[in-house]
Amino acid sequence: MEEMVRVEGIKKVFDDTVVIPDLSLTINDGEFLTLLGPSGCGKTTLLRMIAGLETPTEGHIYLDGKEVTSLPPYKRDVNMVFQNYALFPHMDVEENIRFGLKMKNVPADEQNRRVEKLLELTHLEKLRHRYPSEMSGGQQQRVAIARALVNNPKVLLLDEPLGALDYQLRKKLQIELKNLQRQLGITFIFVTHDQEEALTMSDRIVVMNDGLIEQDDTPGNLYHKPLTRFVAKFIGETNFLEQEDGSTNVMRPEKLNLCPEGFHGSDHPEPKLFGTISDVIFYGTIDKVFVQLDGSDQKVVAYQYFDDIKKWQAGERVGIWWYPQDEVVVHK
Amino acid sequence: MKSGKLMVLPTLGWLSLFFAVPLLIVVVVSFAARSAYGQVIFNFSFANYTRITESLYLSIFAQTFVVAIITTLFTIIMAYPLAYYIASLPKKWQQPGLILVMVPFWINFLIRSYAWVIILRSQGVLNTILMKLGLITVPLQFLYNDTAVLIGMVYSLLPFMVLPIYVSIEQLDRRLLEAASDLGASPFTAFRKITLPLTMPGVAAGTILVFISSLGMFIVPDVMGGARSALIGNVIQNQFLAARDWPFGSALSIVLAVMSLVLIILYYKALAGQKGGSKNAQNMA
Amino acid sequence: MPKTWRNHVLLAYSLAVVAFLYLPLVILATYSFNVSRVNAVWSGFTVDWYISLFKNRRVLEALTNSLVIAFVSTIVSTILGTTAALALSKYKFKYQTAINGLLYLPILIPEIVMGLSLLVLFSQAKFPLGKWTLILAHITFCVSFVVITVNARLEGMKPEYEQAAMDLYATPWQTFRYITLPIAMPGIVAGALIAFTLSIDDFIISFFVAGPNSTTLPLYIYAMVKRGISPEINALSTLMMIVTVSLVVIAQILQPQHTSKREE
Repeated sequence: MEEMVRVEGIKKVFDDTVVIPDLSLTINDGEFLTLLGPSGCGKTTLLRMIAGLETPTEGHIYLDGKEVTSLPPYKRDVNMVFQNYALFPHMDVEENIRFGLKMKNVPADEQNRRVEKLLELTHLEKLRHRYPSEMSGGQQQRVAIARALVNNPKVLLLDEPLGALDYQLRKKLQIELKNLQRQLGITFIFVTHDQEEALTMSDRIVVMNDGLIEQDDTPGNLYHKPLTRFVAKFIGETNFLEQEDGSTNVMRPEKLNLCPEGFHGSDHPEPKLFGTISDVIFYGTIDKVFVQLDGSDQKVVAYQYFDDIKKWQAGERVGIWWYPQDEVVVHK
Repeated sequence: MKSGKLMVLPTLGWLSLFFAVPLLIVVVVSFAARSAYGQVIFNFSFANYTRITESLYLSIFAQTFVVAIITTLFTIIMAYPLAYYIASLPKKWQQPGLILVMVPFWINFLIRSYAWVIILRSQGVLNTILMKLGLITVPLQFLYNDTAVLIGMVYSLLPFMVLPIYVSIEQLDRRLLEAASDLGASPFTAFRKITLPLTMPGVAAGTILVFISSLGMFIVPDVMGGARSALIGNVIQNQFLAARDWPFGSALSIVLAVMSLVLIILYYKALAGQKGGSKNAQNMA
Repeated sequence: MPKTWRNHVLLAYSLAVVAFLYLPLVILATYSFNVSRVNAVWSGFTVDWYISLFKNRRVLEALTNSLVIAFVSTIVSTILGTTAALALSKYKFKYQTAINGLLYLPILIPEIVMGLSLLVLFSQAKFPLGKWTLILAHITFCVSFVVITVNARLEGMKPEYEQAAMDLYATPWQTFRYITLPIAMPGIVAGALIAFTLSIDDFIISFFVAGPNSTTLPLYIYAMVKRGISPEINALSTLMMIVTVSLVVIAQILQPQHTSKREE
């Protein structure tokens, strides 16, 4: 795969606060890459440095092989979809989309052609003369994407573009956005704090914490083979079982199985932990069963599917077993 | 773009030259003396400030304060129910309601005082009506006394009181009132125990605005008042334009400005208790 | 229900207060159409006072003075106020408190103090009182109001608009020209209208810095009021009320509504 964006030894300091101590990252052409992390982890700052809206204190940024570290945003072939869209309130949909082309002095008929194409692609033809204040959040979001894509950027930067939308719409637009990216083959760099969103959409996820990369991996690996406690905790629900040697055994709740205390089956491994069920909570497709472990104040959670043999009740004594290959050990 | 930052310089320069410097000169002049021909002589002394403590001027200060206090009380009594009513209107009627109250505020003090002259003077509207009704036979003297000044002051400054009170009532969390009535409080108790205390910052803000404006007022007493209803503002004006004692006038105005600024600091303290209300208020005023 | 009863009382009281605010102005306007020169008795409708007003050379002179002063001070104060507001909204300044003090104190200090301090300045500088001193004074007290009004508008403007424009290939100048300025424009126009209103309406400060040949309308009205009551003052006052009120209402409409609809 060909390299599209390369960030090399980036450091960013805001008024004596080090936001990013030292970070390097390569993003490939046509990739859907997500920067995932809690707020304040530096993901938006990194995105804004790629856009040119912030300048790194140290380090270099390359776009398609050319160094752009100190180029102003208007000289970079990247475009950004802002968190609250930042649609120009005094321009209608068409004028908003046309803005970038006008600034670049694209010939008028070329402008028209590209604006039409994007209006069509984002299903905004009927709304072309609406003003931002007259549109719903989802519609504004589509305008923001069209306004960026119309410039045929090499990279599209998206800063929590779905954050302000309600759950249903967000789900729908996640799929639309992913499809759009596949269709156009443009590199997307997507920033979010929503792990579910990241898992659904990305080819690759970079989990960030305190300005550092915790793990850079595929969604599957991040979920099944987290390298650090932070990643395990941030993505999905997890039980941390501390080991005597100081390492931690990370167990996903769906990998934990329950059996009655004293039950010895030959078809599965022996239970390794015992305890009393404290709560059973109905979650639609699963029951979340909370077990108070014997001899500690830790509670673990196990997901049990409906078609499992038994419906568990609070107060029951249980053994917990799992397959050795599902154990993930992390050291930090 | 560092050059953009420099855009503020012409404005700061202008205000330094035509606002800050003149004020400093007035401070300097307030320590100077006056020659027999009304010239300013720069002999540093506190004489002008000690002169303010003479009983004549102290009584004018006292008079000014009394007028300001009474004016403030009347504006509270008139403004609170009105503000409360506007705040209880449906949302879309609140803005027009406020504009209705604020519009007279924009009309010249002079014209507004003059409007009362037409009503109160001996051949004015009020006397004409009373005589037509046969209630009086000889015109009464309504104008050129302290009552007339008070009417004019309350009239001129009322909008200053309505606005901050409105803001504080509007920001009141109505759920608190519902909770109170849910807990068995009568409407009056709910008002007394919840609405009134929570809107006090608004009343305080309005009080300070009205009070400051009353202190510096000189048009209303000048147009509507009698010979003895002079306030500090009139004395200052007199020192500058008739008596030509600028040093003393300067001292008086420095005292007035300092009093006003102290009150303004208190005003912002009161607003701080009112959170975001200040923005709206600034906008309208 | 007692609730509606209370509401009626509240409504009646509020209407009474509003009447108190407007009745004098209505009476003033009404009597500008009264035939009688001296009495408050209604003796017939006439527009003669308005006609005689427009024939009065000194009134026309005062009107011209007022308009010229208001136009010049509006233009200068709008430019000064707008540039300051733009710079303030965009950059952080070292001596922010001192700058704010200088920008906002002119609004807070009693007008009479500002008027006399300018008088002192001009006389110490041996600058003859007249139209120029009026213009300088009016610009000075208008600037702060323009700053506040434009600022209110710019506060509602998110920095993302400018960033989005830069991201869409607009140079800093283009960003200013196509984004910042158009978005700030309603605030600038509102500020200019307020400046114009304040200038045309100002009495106190003008009272101190006007010269013998630079009478403005409010100064003229004051002189007339001091001389005695006449229907011409009513007519002139009425006209000034109409102008003031229209300008203020337009400015109010242009003012930003603080909660923008788009923020859910």
